[in-house]
Amino acid sequence: MKVAKRTFDAVIVGAGGAGLRAALQLSEAGMKTAVLTKVFPTRSHTVAAQGGVAASLGNSTEDNWHWHMYDTVKGSDWLGDQDAIEFMVKKANEVVVELEHYGMPFDRTDNGKIYQRPFGGHSQNYGQTPVSRSCAAADRTGHAMLHALYQRNVRANTQFFVEWMAMDLIRNADGDVLGVTAMEMETGEVSIFHAKATIFATGGAGRIYYSSTNAFINTGDGVGMAARAGIPLEDMEFWQFHPTGVAGAGVLITEGVRGEGGILRNASGERFMERYAPNLKDLASRDVVSRAMTTEINEGRGCGSAKDHVLLDITHLSPETINKRLPGIREISIQFAGVDPIKALIPVVPTCHYQMGGIPTNYKGQVVVPKDGNSNVPIVGFYAAGECACASVHGANRLGTNSLLDLLVFGKAAGETVVSDFQSGQLKLQPLPEDAADVSLARIARLETQTGGEDVHEVRLEMQRVMQKHAGVFRFADVMKEGVTKIMEVAERAKRTQIKDKSKVWNTARTEALELDNLIEVAKATMVSAEARKESRGAHVRDDAIDCAETPNGRDDVNWLKHTLWYSQGNRLDYKPVNLQPMSADVEPIALAKRTY
Amino acid sequence: MSSKRTVQFKIYRYDPDKDDKPYMQDISVELEESDKKLLDALVRLKAKDDTLSFRRSCREGVCGSDAMNINGKNGLACLTSMDEIAQPVVLRPLPGLPVIRDVIVDMTQFFKQYHSIKPYLVNNDPAPERERLQSPEDREELNGLYECILCACCSTSCPSFWWNPDKFVGPAGLLAAYRFLADTRDQATSERLDNLEDPYRLFRCHSIMNCVDVCPKNLNPTKAIGKIKDMMVRRAV
Repeated sequence: MKVAKRTFDAVIVGAGGAGLRAALQLSEAGMKTAVLTKVFPTRSHTVAAQGGVAASLGNSTEDNWHWHMYDTVKGSDWLGDQDAIEFMVKKANEVVVELEHYGMPFDRTDNGKIYQRPFGGHSQNYGQTPVSRSCAAADRTGHAMLHALYQRNVRANTQFFVEWMAMDLIRNADGDVLGVTAMEMETGEVSIFHAKATIFATGGAGRIYYSSTNAFINTGDGVGMAARAGIPLEDMEFWQFHPTGVAGAGVLITEGVRGEGGILRNASGERFMERYAPNLKDLASRDVVSRAMTTEINEGRGCGSAKDHVLLDITHLSPETINKRLPGIREISIQFAGVDPIKALIPVVPTCHYQMGGIPTNYKGQVVVPKDGNSNVPIVGFYAAGECACASVHGANRLGTNSLLDLLVFGKAAGETVVSDFQSGQLKLQPLPEDAADVSLARIARLETQTGGEDVHEVRLEMQRVMQKHAGVFRFADVMKEGVTKIMEVAERAKRTQIKDKSKVWNTARTEALELDNLIEVAKATMVSAEARKESRGAHVRDDAIDCAETPNGRDDVNWLKHTLWYSQGNRLDYKPVNLQPMSADVEPIALAKRTY
Repeated sequence: MSSKRTVQFKIYRYDPDKDDKPYMQDISVELEESDKKLLDALVRLKAKDDTLSFRRSCREGVCGSDAMNINGKNGLACLTSMDEIAQPVVLRPLPGLPVIRDVIVDMTQFFKQYHSIKPYLVNNDPAPERERLQSPEDREELNGLYECILCACCSTSCPSFWWNPDKFVGPAGLLAAYRFLADTRDQATSERLDNLEDPYRLFRCHSIMNCVDVCPKNLNPTKAIGKIKDMMVRRAV
């Protein structure tokens, strides 16, 4: 098959928040940039974010970035790198104000400033009282943000390749990244996108789980591509289970509901979070709330005939507040739970929501890997930002509203790094290897000719069931061990997927088969990394980790205060230190402590 | 709660790689109890026959991917309840746009019109250090406008758009145009009105209101178009 070749200064894969924010930097600097996206940009999953974006603007309550930094480090259970966290919280006001200037329709305070609401784990004065830090556009913040970013890119004449699916990363013998191969979905043609710089902004892979708030498109494409190309994945055992997915449907109900005063209740109507987090109660961080809910359900205090969920109560809020601040939630509750939250309680369960780990990067957005004894050596020509990347600012547990902040700050940072490397002449168009497209063409050819193979839908479902059962909210040594065996079996089956659809035109069966290759890498990384981490930290909680003075909440800082690195090649694990040192010499590190809310 | 049930479908099928012309396929599928929405049923159908092609992503009505013509009316598959739907469920691509495959249409013309209204905020004052101020009342003017998900249900249900997709901006594009006209931070009012001052671009709207009828987000493009027309009249006198 003949393969067309296109050449750019830079190629960005993904047009959600991070990709669009990076693209803006490149377009405005006059770089010849291609943005590849498998869906029209405004259909990217950033659109589904609801509650807000964090910034210590202090518009309603006193606030500053030091408090935000403390909350984020504590939220991460000290697994976040403090240099990257300092960088992010300090940039927050700038990137949020920029968005407002781009036209984002934030809600307003009475004096005309950006409206801010409280959110889980965000506090004043180092954990004392909830703070209004989440900048919101009703409960449609992601939608308003994604559209504003797309619109700004229309103004900047950014060149999009819409409904193109990136397939594989192209590296040369030195390991430098030279671009990607991609398939145009309308024609099925494969092209090479040859570039001086490649930025991945491909989002997360929440679809490895059976029950997920994530969109169908969240198949970890960039993460899978990186893993197959020999790049390790960082901290993949850490997945966030959002406390409030609609029971049965998985659709997200924002934490902003609790920020506006919503309360979680068990079967007897008790506000049970008071027992688990006496200080922040329903606004404790997500891992804490999800575990509390699961405990309530496991101990028989769940609601409904199967006692398999709890209830979210906002009936005490005025209909005006609900219609003004939470209109989208009201729609979702009526549509997917059959409940009008003005009058009745919403059935909710913890649901897979966010991938804390990903492609290892530094705070400049450069992808970094261990080499010659240094754990963070940048790969020439390769950058990543947003949920697919691990900077690492979220560590073992992300705070709500820090994901939209992450994609703005690091999308922009990756863009700035690329622009600066480009302008200084550091970035070169390196010769393509002869076989640059061979791997991709072989994957397509296999799907064309596979016989006696496995059904894509069945294999994906089996993967999702394994992950749900073996790597959930609470984790058990023997269950995880069995999970590793099972996911490896599923991965073997995924190598032999077969599709009936042989059309070149908009072949979604083929797209789903290619996506499954990416999902499987993420599932393996998650299962293997989780089984190996012999402690509880953030979202990773094992039954055999003991809560005592040496290991508070089961967290073992002596042996496990380190980042996991998983390599697909050889299914191998490595580790690297956590950076406990902030970026600036005059900023005090946040000292290790037991995490309570 | 309904348990397992079989649902009959009639689906527009066309694969240019093998079909000479489109045809309607009769197909049925047994739904599980958890299959509440039309999109769930389509996913179930696709598990049986992977050649069935449709766009989908968020499955909660915010991304705008899975718009199609459902029993004669445009809507989102993910927000269409299987409990209330008449059988056989007749699914066709959105009307008026070229079909690529099955219910997947070529949306180039739709987005071209959206882009033609310059869908971005214009403010040429030097950017202040902090946010530009806007009163809650002024911000409320944007409600019912900014929530559009660009699914194209409205424009592809509009006879004026069917006749003149290259000349008439259509309800989605005009809703976006008014979203910026209504924004107190935007300074391009007269350029925006000039851009629409034309026998076709705005004035082909005859208030048929199909757009309002089908909008899955309950928005009202006709009302927005009326407001643009008011602004045109007011600046003429």
